[in-house]
Amino acid sequence: MKYVDEYRDSLIVKNLVAKIKSILTQPWSLMEVCGGQTHTIMKYNIEELIPKEINLLHGPGCPVCVTPLEMIDKAIDIASKRDVIFTSFGDMLRVPGSRLDLLNVKANGGDVRMVYSTLDAVKLAENNPDKKIVFFGVGFETTAPANAMSVLEAKRRGLKNYSLLCSQVLVPPAIEALLSSPDTSIQGFLAAGHVCTVMGYEEYIPLANKYKIPIVVTGFEPVDILQGIYAAVKQLEEGKFEVENQYSRAVIKEGNKAAKKILSEVFQTVDRKWRGIGTIPMSGWKLKESFADFDAEKIFDVHEIEKQESNLCIAGKILQGYKKPVDCSAFGTLCTPEHPLGAPMVSSEGTCAAYFRYKK
Amino acid sequence: MDKTDFNLACPIPKNDYDKILLAHGGGGILSNQLIQKIFFSQFDNELLNVQHDSAMFNINGVRLAFTTDSYVVQPIFFPGGNIGDLAINGTVNDLAVSGAKPLYISVGFIIEEGFEIEELWRIVLSMKQAAEKAGVKIVTGDTKVVNKGKGDKIFINTSGIGIIETGIDISPINVKPGDVIILNGKIAEHGIAILSAREGLEFETTIKSDTAALNDLIDRILKTSKKINVMRDPTRGGLASALNEIANKGNVGIAIEEDKILISEEVKGACEILGLDPLYIANEGKILVFVPKDDAGKVLDAMKNHPLGKESSIIGSVTAENKSLVTMKTMIGSSRIVDMISGEQLPRIC
Repeated sequence: MKYVDEYRDSLIVKNLVAKIKSILTQPWSLMEVCGGQTHTIMKYNIEELIPKEINLLHGPGCPVCVTPLEMIDKAIDIASKRDVIFTSFGDMLRVPGSRLDLLNVKANGGDVRMVYSTLDAVKLAENNPDKKIVFFGVGFETTAPANAMSVLEAKRRGLKNYSLLCSQVLVPPAIEALLSSPDTSIQGFLAAGHVCTVMGYEEYIPLANKYKIPIVVTGFEPVDILQGIYAAVKQLEEGKFEVENQYSRAVIKEGNKAAKKILSEVFQTVDRKWRGIGTIPMSGWKLKESFADFDAEKIFDVHEIEKQESNLCIAGKILQGYKKPVDCSAFGTLCTPEHPLGAPMVSSEGTCAAYFRYKK
Repeated sequence: MDKTDFNLACPIPKNDYDKILLAHGGGGILSNQLIQKIFFSQFDNELLNVQHDSAMFNINGVRLAFTTDSYVVQPIFFPGGNIGDLAINGTVNDLAVSGAKPLYISVGFIIEEGFEIEELWRIVLSMKQAAEKAGVKIVTGDTKVVNKGKGDKIFINTSGIGIIETGIDISPINVKPGDVIILNGKIAEHGIAILSAREGLEFETTIKSDTAALNDLIDRILKTSKKINVMRDPTRGGLASALNEIANKGNVGIAIEEDKILISEEVKGACEILGLDPLYIANEGKILVFVPKDDAGKVLDAMKNHPLGKESSIIGSVTAENKSLVTMKTMIGSSRIVDMISGEQLPRIC
């Protein structure tokens, strides 16, 4: 398949690995902040190919994993209401809340549906005027334009029965939070290519300068990842700390202007809690007041549920790169994809699930 | 970051689900748990416990295979077939991969009130054709009608009985290190064809279901070699689940190579877009054959000479190490585990 096969080519991979080996003089720790990249690293077992001196840390890049428990409980509350059709992308359905997950709600008679596009949810609203259609809009900057678009489209069609349960998160504040920790061992970042397709990479430049750390905008195929690793290692070996764009086939510096315009029209920046990490200032988006009629949190009477998660798993330490899944005593025994203790075991992009599935 | 709000934790462990989820019917780990804990624990007997596609037993010196399967595919008409020929082919294949010559089929219909007679007629005609093509007779049946809204158009159950010739012994427990694994063509076509025809998922492809009766191909395989150890049709749960089942039951390792597994460009494209892994997507006309290396060449040739096996190839082998694990050499040269599917990728594909 064009634009895919050439990025999974074993010969190109072999050459890149040799190039990385040829410049490497000391150990380095790099973090990718995108679940898609984590998944590729595991699915193609890239860690088996690269020198052991390169330590890949798998950051909080899975949107399903970092969505706070309170938000999932809210989703479950809303989805359980009789007049609601609750829609979401597939992975979100299996994420455990404090008591149930959305699949339980479905088994209990709730109308919970997986959709492949937010516009399908809008269409559902149009076709079911006697029902309230809610879309669970989670994710990074990548999913935000489509989620914003669904609200604009619902407004344009004059729909009164569509709303968004919004839990958008932003990458740069998370990178800043990780780097500002005194214990951090991260020496370089692979930034998420598709986030930068939307947002561009200008906002990463002050971060690279402030923390003297290379940030390489990286794609999702094995060749992309290895090129990203090579670029980051090369900068580290040369003492540089620049923002570099490996994923130039999809990313330009200023990002997607049309998408950014929609985002600024619909969303405003807020403090957001990240599951496993805590509240990060100005790290999320919520719907602006002018779109309150489409805000599921405002429409539905859902209680502000403050949840204390138990201390059984080390998801937070894993998401911040301090620990690997195999360091967790529950990994693969008490905690499996069928019975996840923590969100990173749920989504196929979650670090623990990816480890479990591809490495054991 | 506010330290007081710093929270490194997860929810409490969750017990088994107390209600049936769609994933319990998905052919993956949850299905397995349900079958093991609820059905096998209670129905427990020596024939059932073999856990093969068919039960195999002797009556008056004749060795028979007996199997059953229910079909709830949605939509009932899809590119390449419909619920009717699927129901015949599926049961024929379950018998055939057990090494049996399929003979007689029973059919049970559960029909929803209001279902179009014309659609029923089309389904019945394709069942008749599929049965004729496979050389089986539909010899008994049952019809039930349920209230509107209490079923979804039509569900079909088929059971089948077949005869196993002397000397043939096909079973997952017979798998041996050194066995070569042959697959008869491109994977994941049935699942993607169903998906492309589904309401709410609008993408156009020319992908057709691979639904086919495999008994003629299997007959040829069994005539070519007396050493076939295992055969399996990788249906629900896909290639990955079928291989995992065999690795588990036979307590062996299975090593496959990603670049030996054929997938059409269109299926690859659909999988990329939809975020699906073709290794876990259902097939309805594929067969995995496990045969010792010295007979692999002639079996492969025989398969390639059959219309349903033209694209047959060796995709891997059985190892004594990595017991109960399926590993895959990826196309970039690394190796990784191919796990059994956990949840539900696509409900109601058969």
